[in-house]
Amino acid sequence: MRHIISILIENEAGALSRVAGLFSARGYNIESLTVAPTEDPSLSRMTIVTWGSDEVLEQITKQLNKLVDVVKVVDLSEAAHVERELMLIKVRATGKDREEMKRMADIFRGRIVDVTESTYVVELTGASSKLDSFIAALDAGLILETVRTGVCGIGRGDRILKV
Amino acid sequence: MMISGAEIVIRCLQEEKVDCVFGYPGGSVLHIYDALFKQEQVKHILVRHEQAAVHAADAYSRSSQRVGVALVTSGPGVTNTVTGIATAYMDSVPMVVLTGQVPTAYIGQDAFQECDTVGITRPCVKHNFLVKDVKDLAITIKKAFHIAATGRPGPVVVDIPKDVTAQMCEFEYPKTIQMRSYNPVVKGHLGQIKKAVQLLAEAKRPIIYTGGGVILSDAAEKLTQLARRLNFPVTNTLMGLGGYPATDRQFVGMLGMHGTFEANMAMHYADVILAVGARFDDRVIGNPANFGEEPRKIIHIDIDPSSISKRVKVDVPIVGNVPDVLEEILKLMDAGFKADAGVADWWKQIEEWRGRDCLRYKQDKLIMPHYVVQKLYEVTGGDAFVTSDVGQHQMFAAQYYKFDQPRRWINSGGLGTMGVGLPYGMGVLFANPGAQVACITGEASIQMCIQELSTCKQYELPIKIINLNNGYLGMVRQWQEMFYSSRYSQSYVSSLPDFVKLAESYGHVGMKIERPEDVEPALRKAFTEHKNDLVFMDFIVDPTANVFPMVAAGKGLTDMILAEDL
Repeated sequence: MRHIISILIENEAGALSRVAGLFSARGYNIESLTVAPTEDPSLSRMTIVTWGSDEVLEQITKQLNKLVDVVKVVDLSEAAHVERELMLIKVRATGKDREEMKRMADIFRGRIVDVTESTYVVELTGASSKLDSFIAALDAGLILETVRTGVCGIGRGDRILKV
Repeated sequence: MMISGAEIVIRCLQEEKVDCVFGYPGGSVLHIYDALFKQEQVKHILVRHEQAAVHAADAYSRSSQRVGVALVTSGPGVTNTVTGIATAYMDSVPMVVLTGQVPTAYIGQDAFQECDTVGITRPCVKHNFLVKDVKDLAITIKKAFHIAATGRPGPVVVDIPKDVTAQMCEFEYPKTIQMRSYNPVVKGHLGQIKKAVQLLAEAKRPIIYTGGGVILSDAAEKLTQLARRLNFPVTNTLMGLGGYPATDRQFVGMLGMHGTFEANMAMHYADVILAVGARFDDRVIGNPANFGEEPRKIIHIDIDPSSISKRVKVDVPIVGNVPDVLEEILKLMDAGFKADAGVADWWKQIEEWRGRDCLRYKQDKLIMPHYVVQKLYEVTGGDAFVTSDVGQHQMFAAQYYKFDQPRRWINSGGLGTMGVGLPYGMGVLFANPGAQVACITGEASIQMCIQELSTCKQYELPIKIINLNNGYLGMVRQWQEMFYSSRYSQSYVSSLPDFVKLAESYGHVGMKIERPEDVEPALRKAFTEHKNDLVFMDFIVDPTANVFPMVAAGKGLTDMILAEDL
């Protein structure tokens, strides 16, 4: 099953490599990984999308907690949460495709953030599945380039991950 | 008063009451070596290879309750320590390794003797640090000792660039340390402990299975107390030997791949397993799919939550420091604990299994390796510190030397590092001056760190080297005989040195023993007449001797090959 793990970690040099190294050394999967400092610059918040059986997820959580730099670990997908990913996608926009692209971006509530005579860059935010749907909805031949940030997520309501 | 970073390093070691450091100098640690030179409190032991420095620091720690310390230079100094660090990591040994680094301004420029120490060691340390500012030096070293020794212990590397050791700074050593990201659990969950006691009371076929955690947490005494109150059989893992007195009736021997028949059978057929500071690893339980008979309940006490339910599903997990948890169990038992009457029948069954006498062997014309270990046990009164290398000799040592005390059996269990035996002996002697130390090894393992015979001469370390020389990589040969139709691919060690002359050339005593009747007199002579000498005893043993019982890799514990079957 797919899980979203949120980690609070000391914002120190090499902290990311400790987490990434743990996943590769123990053979765990990483679908995406995002990391940036929090409002407290001494802490970073990391979001990892992974998948595996319950036993594997239990080990992932325990092993992450064992890292000396890790302050807190939570499996966001255990309860209600908000999940978002940002994508920038560059498409060919010429002739009749130009209007079609604009319409698709509107339907998916994307924004066109760069325009040239022949291309658009569309910015789209949402759950990963929404970004996947957008890509699927486009004519593959018109996609020039895509870049995605990976998932970040936060618990709903009173679920707060803080020191 | 401002002092240099190098002096801060030494002052920190003094504050930590470190009496000796194992190391090897080089360019980037010259300031530190200069600061060492100017004081007497911290003694430096000069080894002949950095790997040995780390092994010695590791054994210093294993054989005492103190944190071992090693000091090496950057680049090759560091890469040479990696085997030693990984060895300590696998066996959870608390250790601090101080490494020199090129000056901060040179880092990343492929400078002379530069390597990414933090990157290279990261997967085999509990934690590591790169100190970029002299103001962080003292607190980082404090953290290193704290992290190494608390929770599930392990090695910590502190990488110190040369310019940091030259910079000046006020020295203040923190008394205590608080880390928001590191707070190991000590006390076990009382609700779980109550459940455990209930299960122990209901158990009809119980077994206490203990590992290195009992030794590391100094819980042997508490464990013995508990086991005696329960009157349950006790088995130890390779790392756990000495956690319960081996000469006691309740001890059924080591379990696992080369465990005793009775220990493996009892482990398999138990209805309640009390696992203490052990981790159900592959050499202990074999294939988890074939492990044990359901229904069965497992209680697992361990300080590391990730050890619990890692390979085998556990029914009652108790995360906590082993002696604290055992103390709680004992307290709860004081409220009128009574073991099930069925345990008496279980003992009858165990005695029947024990009756197979699975460690029997025949001493004929050629010296049997088992015999040498048995005689060593007798000659040393069971009281020696025994280090070993890795292979058949290690298993013979574990099977035939009966350890009644913890921290006497010093070997590489997890990583299985050949070459540790001799430097381990050195570390033991610095932690326990005057102790009897035997290094049980083989002609292949001993050559992996043989250069340390020189260190042993310099510091007059009277280690007794028991070289069980069968001319083969014995364990490799045994597997090839059993599983590869006797195709002995590269397991024969030819061109061996004359070990007697080799020992003598370093200024030690050498003996070659070829007849069974000479074994005991040679050992006696080594431990009496040559009490203060390093004695290299080259025992020419039966090259075909194999280690039994044996559970083949991937099989279940009851699938044992016994010597009597052959």
